[in-house]
Amino acid sequence: MRNHVLDYLTEAARRAPERIAFSDGKEEMTFGEIYEQSRRVGTYLHNCGIYKEPVIIFMNRHPRTIAAFFGVIAGGNYYVPVDVEMPEVRIRLIMENVKASAVICDEDTLAVVRQYDFAGQYDAAGQIVSYDEVCRTEVNEEALADIYDRAIDTDPVYIVFTSGSTGIPKGVTACHRSVIDYVESFSEAMKFDEHTVFGNQAPLYMDACLKELYPTLKFCACTYLIPKELFMFPVKLVEFLNEHRINTICWVAPALTTISAFGTFDKIVPAYLKLIAFVSEIFPVKQLNKWKAVLPHARYINLYGPTEGTGVCCYYEVDREFEENEVIPIGRPFRNTDIILLNARDERAAEGESGEICIRGTSLTLGYYNNFDRTRESFVQNPLNPFYPELIYRTGDIGQYNERGELEFISRRDYQIKHMGHRIELGEIEINVNMMDEIKMAGCIYDDVKSRIVLYYVGAVTEKELAAGLKTKLPRYMIPNNIIRLEQMPLTMNGKIDRIALKKSYQKKG
Amino acid sequence: MEDLLEILRDLHPEVDFESCETLIDDKILDSFDIVSIIAEVNDQFEVTISAEHIIPENFNSARALYELIQRLEDED
Repeated sequence: MRNHVLDYLTEAARRAPERIAFSDGKEEMTFGEIYEQSRRVGTYLHNCGIYKEPVIIFMNRHPRTIAAFFGVIAGGNYYVPVDVEMPEVRIRLIMENVKASAVICDEDTLAVVRQYDFAGQYDAAGQIVSYDEVCRTEVNEEALADIYDRAIDTDPVYIVFTSGSTGIPKGVTACHRSVIDYVESFSEAMKFDEHTVFGNQAPLYMDACLKELYPTLKFCACTYLIPKELFMFPVKLVEFLNEHRINTICWVAPALTTISAFGTFDKIVPAYLKLIAFVSEIFPVKQLNKWKAVLPHARYINLYGPTEGTGVCCYYEVDREFEENEVIPIGRPFRNTDIILLNARDERAAEGESGEICIRGTSLTLGYYNNFDRTRESFVQNPLNPFYPELIYRTGDIGQYNERGELEFISRRDYQIKHMGHRIELGEIEINVNMMDEIKMAGCIYDDVKSRIVLYYVGAVTEKELAAGLKTKLPRYMIPNNIIRLEQMPLTMNGKIDRIALKKSYQKKG
Repeated sequence: MEDLLEILRDLHPEVDFESCETLIDDKILDSFDIVSIIAEVNDQFEVTISAEHIIPENFNSARALYELIQRLEDED
């Protein structure tokens, strides 16, 4: 029985040590190199006495970061990816939450850490360390073998952070068992094999990159980490896909739209693509049809699922024509995962009735790290089962089955939005605005037609100052696209910010 | 030019678009910004910025973008 994610790497390094595993177009690493360096990282942590602890990986987007992830696991720990794209305040919140004993950096981020002066939290030597230095450690095979033997599959593998409505990001903690379950069932449905060449778009600090990292090891396939800047320039992006003969992409829908919406296909077509999967947001049928027109023989797959379910939990392979006013379903769960729809009374939704999408199965993550309150709110006892303990995850998404028996996503239950592939709580933006001096009130709405976050506020600050202040607190993708100052905030009868009134006045302004 | 600056300021009130010439190089604009800018420009100027024009050189400064719009307007 496979019970350890490290087996994927160990087996790949044995089968194809010389084959290129990961590349960013400039720097590349073979399976053998990833394995070798991960052993060094693991031994380094062992030598420091760090075991069964979170270890922060603060590195840029290159293959060494992946070796660092597996090194953390080889040392019997779990990795917490942090990125330079995150503002200082968020990184501090993450560090406070996980209280990691070690932070592994690369040359670029080491400079950032010094500038942030995180060292105050990290006094003892060896706690903030460069990857290159770590990799000079001599491997202690005996110690690593012992660590491996003692592991069980409910031990954590990683913690990735997602937006939290209280203003504090939540650390979703996945274990070996949930990752293995996900990788196996996902790979089977996608039909990956050793010829798969992935073009990875998802940042390495999100669970979304599991789609490429683990199947690459499982099949001795290959992943290109596409440089982020290329997603601004569609022609260059397609040139990259063609240059590296990339045949498989699992991207957020807006990244696919960037290519198809600007007539890129008139100039250049991705010649090798066979599988195009889209995730995170509704992919407009109009754009899907543009892709199908130039690549009629490729497979198109809609993916759905929250970080709390390890990766995605549902998929639908496009098997018919869609009109522009139709919705592409999210289909059905992967093998060994079950979806139940619960209505407002916590009963199974009747036929044709909508309900909250709840996930059941091994792919459930362990919950939010160091945060039992939030965990208990959404990882709950299955209300359909009063007989023995069984957790389900309540996604907060509302869904419904169509007449073909396929699951469709309808809406959110709360103020969570999907914006440019990121999951965002509007409440988290508001809380950060409210924390600024001179802000009296703040309310956020989302314009889903133009995909814009719109912030209204009352207070003695200019829009310019507010935008600049927010940039130090929130990640880039959470910064409102429109900031509007008001003399007075519309309130509901209960004295809450009236988002409906805000939305109406926004639509009127057009 | 003023219309263009307004579109840009709407997106990033904190950036000085009149002087900045490294909007792409210094990662001031991201992919989302580019998409929004193109949508707004296509709307307001009645030109079509298509994939072949979406290259770093045309987006590094407000002036470069304005020159692109003028070139496209002349073509019509």
